[in-house]
Amino acid sequence: MATLDTPRPAAAPLFAGLTFRTWGLLALVLLFVAAAVLPFSLTNFRLSQVTLVIIYSIALLGLNILTGFNGQISLGHGAFFAIGGYTTAILLTKVTGIPYWATVPIAGVISAGVGFLVGWPALRLEGLYLALATFALAVATPQILKYKAWDDWTGGVQGINLDKPGAPFGLPLNRDQWLFYFCFAWAVVAFVIGWNLLRGRTGRAMVAVRDHPIAAATMGVNTARYKTLTFGVSAMLTGVAGSLAALWTEFVSPDSFDVFLSIRFLIGIVIGGVGSIPGVVFGAFFIVIVPNWASDLSNWVQTLALPGFLSRILVLLSSPQVLFGMALIICVALLPGGFGGIIRWLLRVIERDAATPTRPPS
Amino acid sequence: MRNTLCLTAAALVLAAMSASAADTPGVTATEIKIGNTMPYSGPASSYGIIGKTEAAFFKMVNEQGGVAGHKIDFISADDSYSPPKTVEQVKKLVEEEGVAFMFNTLGTPPNTAIEKYLNEHKVPQLFVATGADKWGDYKDFPWTIGFQPSYRTEAQIYAKYILKNKPNAKIAVLYQNDDFGKDYVIGLKDALGDKYAKMVVKEASYEATDPTIDTQIIALQGSGADTLITAAIPKFAAQTIRKVHDIGWKPLHFMTNVSISVGAVMTPAGPENGIGIISANYGKDPTDPTWKNDAGLNQWRDFMTKNMPGADLTDANYVYGYGAALTMLQVLKQCNGDFSRANVMKQAANLKDFSLPTLLPGIKVNTSPTNYHPITQMQLQKWDGKTWVLFGDVISGTGA
Repeated sequence: MATLDTPRPAAAPLFAGLTFRTWGLLALVLLFVAAAVLPFSLTNFRLSQVTLVIIYSIALLGLNILTGFNGQISLGHGAFFAIGGYTTAILLTKVTGIPYWATVPIAGVISAGVGFLVGWPALRLEGLYLALATFALAVATPQILKYKAWDDWTGGVQGINLDKPGAPFGLPLNRDQWLFYFCFAWAVVAFVIGWNLLRGRTGRAMVAVRDHPIAAATMGVNTARYKTLTFGVSAMLTGVAGSLAALWTEFVSPDSFDVFLSIRFLIGIVIGGVGSIPGVVFGAFFIVIVPNWASDLSNWVQTLALPGFLSRILVLLSSPQVLFGMALIICVALLPGGFGGIIRWLLRVIERDAATPTRPPS
Repeated sequence: MRNTLCLTAAALVLAAMSASAADTPGVTATEIKIGNTMPYSGPASSYGIIGKTEAAFFKMVNEQGGVAGHKIDFISADDSYSPPKTVEQVKKLVEEEGVAFMFNTLGTPPNTAIEKYLNEHKVPQLFVATGADKWGDYKDFPWTIGFQPSYRTEAQIYAKYILKNKPNAKIAVLYQNDDFGKDYVIGLKDALGDKYAKMVVKEASYEATDPTIDTQIIALQGSGADTLITAAIPKFAAQTIRKVHDIGWKPLHFMTNVSISVGAVMTPAGPENGIGIISANYGKDPTDPTWKNDAGLNQWRDFMTKNMPGADLTDANYVYGYGAALTMLQVLKQCNGDFSRANVMKQAANLKDFSLPTLLPGIKVNTSPTNYHPITQMQLQKWDGKTWVLFGDVISGTGA
């Protein structure tokens, strides 16, 4: 299981004479420069894939705060993703004059509210039982969305079509490029919120509730409050991601939010690293890109002219689902801590190597 | 004068387009790329057979030399029936693979998700595989064309039959409360017009999640109706037939074409309970003994044994995929070597009395720039306790 980063002495050099903070800043600058030029160096399709990775990272961040840091397993986060998406779609099509960007925070607030409400009964459920209860939520979501009482709003099975927003202020960007910047900006906001929440008092309380609820309660942590609050924050982030995903797809329908979506979220945080913030980006990359690679590889294998029996076995083994499953098993077997585990390990190695006698003992 | 100028200009543009075939996306001197999405995985994966049949068909076409010197590269991607995945796959097919157009993409929600994108990029979305009625809106979506008769067309056909043969009918309607069921109500309203309010004495709906429809049937009988139109999926269709029989109600019963399977509906309902039920069809059922030695279906059987050995010949999805692929081939032949998107779309909307060996005799595929519903005819059939027996002439819907 993950632990929070121990506070580092700010002045101690980490590597090549630069401190951890300087390295961090450099990495951030690099990230922003990359984000600024990316839309002009990729095709629209690739760019929209990257945008999707960003959107899923926000959703995974939400789930990871709940599952990774607070120890509450949710198999139902697709429901919050759906609430976010439908909020944006309904606001944009039923309310005249509302700007698309304003629907994203509204989606976040509504999802947070629902998440908070779901968090209450979840207090009485632990581990496996909570997983089952939230799984029920995921299974019920498409049916609830189709329900006739509100199909004037949700469009029933048909779903709702909406428009991908264009760039404001006459910026010379196409809609895919603009949506990338828009989602990137929201991701920055989401990650800053997540980071600040987790590294301070609140984060320590969340982890304490996860690792030892009784001890945490003894120390004066209001476990019920933290658990429901975490559920709310987690749902909010996932709802924001759902809202952005609706803008990306330009369409929402009950079939978009099936139970597999929630399962893919869980796969994402396991691959990314349970309890790792940067890990969620790798997790999102895995669930968005790897299925496509798997199907490309599968197509390639099928074009190979191999002798009969061998080819049959290979074709069978190379179905995209099997390849995706194998990738999943390999990742879990080789990287029990996910990609977040690698990052943490690398940091530790660098730190140890860089440790000089002048460094104060910690 | 100005018109002539415009026409000349248009002709010149067209000539330029066909002259520079190399500029047309997805088409090279030797190859034409066709994109498709299918649910090969997930809950709707039984439909994946359609995509596999089409792939086998185009492979056969290539082995026979292709179309106008072009081999067909049919790229079919898995979307698991999930609309966001469909968007992703279609973007990939259009922008990365560079397909000339999309063909027979399956499912109403997936097609709804990509409709706008494809029309914006002027990429033809040909012969979509869905029974919803919305595919045929040539004004708003000139690059999207439907294929099979919609549920709405089918309901229009029942209403026409009632108007002609039982003009004083008191109609009861049982429908599933979703797009599928509601399309029937809309179709009845189309054909009955002002008389709908007078003739339809009772409507009842059910949810796909309901356990039974007993109360609905009793309420419908209580309305004094003598005609029943049932738009229900197989499970509820079987319940309906049984319940109607059990309570001794003897209405003229119309059953949606979705629920006419002998194995899934008629046998569980009790074959003798359903005698006299009327439904409609447009394709040949591979399990129907009528077509055992039919030349058209034998052409399909021949294709199947040569190109898809070992396939289950009772699965109608193979027939469907074969018919759709044949229609596509006809469009490509009509293109006369000019595979620009504009011309492909133009030819798809220019099918004149094209007959498919998999359709019932007399039913033709017809499209025009103002008719994006290729198949609008059906023939009525009656259950005789053992099998469905076709009767009467081929009937057209009123057209939407």
